[in-house]
Amino acid sequence: MENYIVRLRNLSVGYNGKPIIHDINVDITPGDIVTLIGPNGAGKSTILKSITRQLRLVAGDVYVQGKDLNAISYRELSSRLAVMLTDRIRPELMTCWDVVATGRFPYTGRLGLLSAEDHRIVERSMTEVHALELREQNFNEISDGQKQRVLLARAICQEPEIMILDEPTSFLDIRHKLDLLGILRRMTREKGITVIMSLHEIDLAQKVSDKVLCVKGDVIAGYGTPEEVFREQAITALYAIDSGSFDPLYGSVELPRVEGEPQVFVISNCGRGIPVYRKLQQQGIPFAAGILYENDLDCRLAERLAVQVVTEEPFVPIGDEAVARALALVERCGRVIAAGPRIGPGNRRLEEVLAAAEAAGKLERVE
Amino acid sequence: MTLSGAMTRRRRVRYTTVFCLLAAALFFLLVLNVNTGNVHISVGRILGIIFTRQGDPTEVDIIWKIRLPRLLMAAILGGALSVSGFLLQTFFENPIAGPFVLGISSGAKMVVALTMIWFLSRYAAVASAALIAAAFLGALLSMGFILLISRRVTHMASLLVAGIMIGYICTAVTEFVITFADDADIVNLHGWSQGSFSNMTWSNVGIAAGIVGAALVVTFLLSKPIGAFQLGEAYAQSMGVNIRLFRGLLILLSSLLSATVTAFAGPISFVGIAVPFLIKRALNTAKPIVVIPATFLGGAVFCTGCDLIARIAFAPTELNISTVTAVFGAPVVIFMMIRSRKRG
Repeated sequence: MENYIVRLRNLSVGYNGKPIIHDINVDITPGDIVTLIGPNGAGKSTILKSITRQLRLVAGDVYVQGKDLNAISYRELSSRLAVMLTDRIRPELMTCWDVVATGRFPYTGRLGLLSAEDHRIVERSMTEVHALELREQNFNEISDGQKQRVLLARAICQEPEIMILDEPTSFLDIRHKLDLLGILRRMTREKGITVIMSLHEIDLAQKVSDKVLCVKGDVIAGYGTPEEVFREQAITALYAIDSGSFDPLYGSVELPRVEGEPQVFVISNCGRGIPVYRKLQQQGIPFAAGILYENDLDCRLAERLAVQVVTEEPFVPIGDEAVARALALVERCGRVIAAGPRIGPGNRRLEEVLAAAEAAGKLERVE
Repeated sequence: MTLSGAMTRRRRVRYTTVFCLLAAALFFLLVLNVNTGNVHISVGRILGIIFTRQGDPTEVDIIWKIRLPRLLMAAILGGALSVSGFLLQTFFENPIAGPFVLGISSGAKMVVALTMIWFLSRYAAVASAALIAAAFLGALLSMGFILLISRRVTHMASLLVAGIMIGYICTAVTEFVITFADDADIVNLHGWSQGSFSNMTWSNVGIAAGIVGAALVVTFLLSKPIGAFQLGEAYAQSMGVNIRLFRGLLILLSSLLSATVTAFAGPISFVGIAVPFLIKRALNTAKPIVVIPATFLGGAVFCTGCDLIARIAFAPTELNISTVTAVFGAPVVIFMMIRSRKRG
């Protein structure tokens, strides 16, 4: 029981007493990163706002360190829990330093004067998010990505035990996304801070989270480790993806394959076919691929993008059946692209396929 | 540490400079004010009268009964009005909010006018406590309407228009009752309803100083939550501010301050918007802990200056104080709007 830092018990959240999501039962272990994923409007922010007390709970309870949320004073809560919100703020005449320094408010006296120690903590927090050089700039005049980092520094500066972040990576470029998630990961590891956040990037959510909470309006669709949650069906169902696909292994998403009679047969392996697949997909040309070992890099993507894939079991010499299917494809397709396939003792018979294409005058070689 | 140290030092120099300039300006204006008027009294005699209360009885009366209370009142009420404006701007998160624009001054004016007429038809005089209570009630009434409307309209411009409309309605009611009031009342009411610092007594000064002083202390003690609130309601709450309580206090304080001004001097326009804006630019910060005292000082300077102009520009005819504050305040507001538009 005491092992959980935040517990949501039979919680219903929503606006004006009308529940949007009900029966939320989630226990959060200290030092974990818990990520809320789900489609837009599913209620991720609603759940976060309820935990931060911006919204009244519709029903059920939230416990923070074993204490009922409603029994904790705002003041006490502020020294345990820091937030980073999606609300756009336009503070008047405040430098980035000033914005970060507001994170020290729960620790200052009546007039909010900062001590030398507070100054040090502000400076350290800004350094941690690589925002120290912004300190004298007006907050309203920096880019959205920079604002995001300054607000993160503000939350860090509050020295909380729990951090709640609503879509902290929006507006950030990929470098700063990775940076931010790296910082969060480090804080949980080194300081034991618990992070509860919502993310749009499911690939990043899978990689950074200890636990993932799938929010799909009405009820919670799932809660568990990324390995448990990130199954292809679960994700496509959660987001109601009906075009394209999600690869749970790499956490990558793909646009839908181009359907139709294959016009090109791509012969490749060891990842060299991937750029060719993508090119064909962009041009809207249906294609086939082969002969690929099932453990080949190309195979995983070919199965998502190609209309037909000729495969062979790993570590087994290519058999007659695969060769026959490949030869048939050479005949059916107008073009054959050989993307520099590597050939060794196991897949020696690929040469037969290449020779057939050559003879038919369809072979194009790309490196 | 050295980084922030240098920054803090630079800021402190700026704050100190601004405060010194404001204090010097206020001192200069107070001296000038006491020294100017239809009856010329030399500086030496004025000093003598102030420090010894001795001299020509007419001159003693002019200094002690007319000029001193008037200039002190202009300083106190000007400061109060400016701080009230700052609080309203914080509350509505908009720099163009102010007691006059939002119709709060006019609401106070209306209830005060009604109270005056009611009292004067029965008794010879009205207690200033009754006037302040009436003004406070009127201010809260307008504020209540504004809050009701602000729940419906999210756009700030619409809210300001609503405030201006409330102001017009209240002014219309006031004009209406004045039209049908007794002759004796009209003289009193008319001058007052246009805004003026004339006819102040020492007891008025005492009461105003007491109320404004108390409200100012409470406001100053709210510096920290006001600072947190500048990041928006949600962040303020996450920093430990009890939002409901805080909002309530802001409403009460800003209403009380502008009500006190209205009760004694009538509605005065633009001070509440222009002064906080200028002060924040001068200090280059919106930190309440420095902005609140500086705004009070700035308001005092602005109003004593304007009152001086109101008295001497077309002497012996006196101008309404609002006429003068509008001439100086309105351009500032227009400038603010152009600037904020440019920034998007």
